[in-house]
Amino acid sequence: MKLLQCPVNGIRPLSEFSYGGEFRTMPDPDSCTDQQWAAYVHYRSGAPGYKKEWWYHMPSGTWFIAERNTITDKVSRTYLLPKMEVAV
Amino acid sequence: MPLRLLKYAISREHPAPRFFRDCVEPKKTYDVVIIGGGGHGLAAAYYLAKDYGITNVAVLEKGYIGGGNTGRNTTIIRSNYLTPEGVKFYDASVKIYEGLSEELDLNLFYSNRGHFTLAHTESAMRTMRWRAEVNKHVGVESYVVGPDEISKACPQLDISCSGQAPIIGALYHAPGSVARHDGVAWGYARGADQFGVEIFQNTEVTRIDVKGGKVCGVQTNNGYISTNKVLSAVAGFTPRITQMVDLQTPIVIHPLQACVTEPMKPWLDTILVSGSLHVYVSQSSRGELVMGSSLDPYEMHSTRSSLDFVEGLTSHITDMFPFLSNVKVVRQWAGMADLTPDFAPIMGKTPIEGFYLDAGWGTWGFKATPISGKTMAETIARDMAPDLIKSFRLSRFEDYELTGEKGAASVGH
Ligand SMILES: Cc1cc2nc3c(=O)[nH]c(=O)nc-3n(C[C@H](O)[C@H](O)[C@H](O)COP(=O)(O)OP(=O)(O)OC[C@H]3O[C@@H](n4cnc5c(N)ncnc54)[C@H](O)[C@@H]3O)c2cc1C
Repeated sequence: MKLLQCPVNGIRPLSEFSYGGEFRTMPDPDSCTDQQWAAYVHYRSGAPGYKKEWWYHMPSGTWFIAERNTITDKVSRTYLLPKMEVAV
Repeated sequence: MPLRLLKYAISREHPAPRFFRDCVEPKKTYDVVIIGGGGHGLAAAYYLAKDYGITNVAVLEKGYIGGGNTGRNTTIIRSNYLTPEGVKFYDASVKIYEGLSEELDLNLFYSNRGHFTLAHTESAMRTMRWRAEVNKHVGVESYVVGPDEISKACPQLDISCSGQAPIIGALYHAPGSVARHDGVAWGYARGADQFGVEIFQNTEVTRIDVKGGKVCGVQTNNGYISTNKVLSAVAGFTPRITQMVDLQTPIVIHPLQACVTEPMKPWLDTILVSGSLHVYVSQSSRGELVMGSSLDPYEMHSTRSSLDFVEGLTSHITDMFPFLSNVKVVRQWAGMADLTPDFAPIMGKTPIEGFYLDAGWGTWGFKATPISGKTMAETIARDMAPDLIKSFRLSRFEDYELTGEKGAASVGH
């Protein structure tokens, strides 16, 4: 069974989690071009590597960040995102 | 007898037939370089030579031909999609497949089975009716059937699904078929080779050179090749190739798994798919049940398979066929599916002159092998994409002109 460390609830089985995709910063919709906005909506950095990702612990409703190698599936770090960064 | 056979096997007079020349060192330059020796790359090479007389072509494959998703898929061929552009495109592919064994002079074990997409809910029935109407409109034989007709075609199926999720109807698709996947790669490879195309295995592209917005060459672990035209047909490796040329795409990679049971006497003629139970199944010509499910839930660039997958799949397949609980799963594997947000491929030209993309085949690209080869060959030869694939262009994302194929592609096959 695969396990993942929830920053609030500790190590839990992966089946309790849901994947939320790569962590990305939203461009300012008022000042960016249509092309930049389309790129934000649709394009992804699909190449493999270490990625900062959103994960969700379903039973406790906790969103957090995991840093994961998408080739080996090894998670190096999980943490809650500081409030100010969430607002970006 | 065995001794005679052995003598025959080692005799010089009867060398083992090869499907294509053993090319070792690439030339310094080619008119077209194709990255990826899967079905798509090899088919494109074949049609470039056959339809357009372009034979100074190299296919570069980092492993062995057909070793990517082409040799890992569950070989279902169908055209019962949801959007008119999708249905037309896949129908053109089915039509080529029907005559392909003859054309390539190789038995591809193309076997027309009929294909049922089972509905367990009213909302699923709604999608089936919608697909049936779009299919009929385009001239593809699909229609909605009730539980009686399903039982008649497959008496072994427990229509109540062990009481878990009773089947209330299905979309029946007459052309649904299976074929031998690696045969398709070998057949196209041999065909292309006979026209003079050179196929290099163990040859990996590590860099693509672009000057002034134009492709000028590729670096491989087997020497440098200059060329003005490069086709990337690498499925699960697409983001690594597009990164080399700084091209943004929506493609993300998720593993897709499959497995087979031990062989049984033939009992399952048709192909069955259930979106609600996340399974699809057919019986191969060897007697194995070939089974697959939906994608793994998160991005990963790996072909490892998991116990979670077989556990989930077998629990659902035994809802449909309780008697299978005694049958063993003998092999499981995974491929890397290159997914797009609208479940349609990305095909055609790119902002880089001479760089052509055939990607975004996700869980559905085996059935498209012939038509993608043919249309990509046309795109390269004429430097213009044919109408059939215009709606699959990469620029559709910037234009917000996505296709909506999810309703017909959500269970991988
Ligand atoms: C488990 C599973 C089940 C599926 N079931 C179905 C199905 O039932 N029906 C259906 O229609 N589709 C199905 N698919 C999808 C289908 O298999 C693929 O979409 C299709 O085979 C893609 O073919 P391809 O030739 O584009 O890619 P591939 O066959 O993956 O070929 C790409 C090749 O490129 C090579 N390559 C990569 N990078 C480089 C490089 N840098 N240099 C040189 N070579 C490189 C790889 O080694 C590989 O051989 C399934 C996929 C999977 C994984």
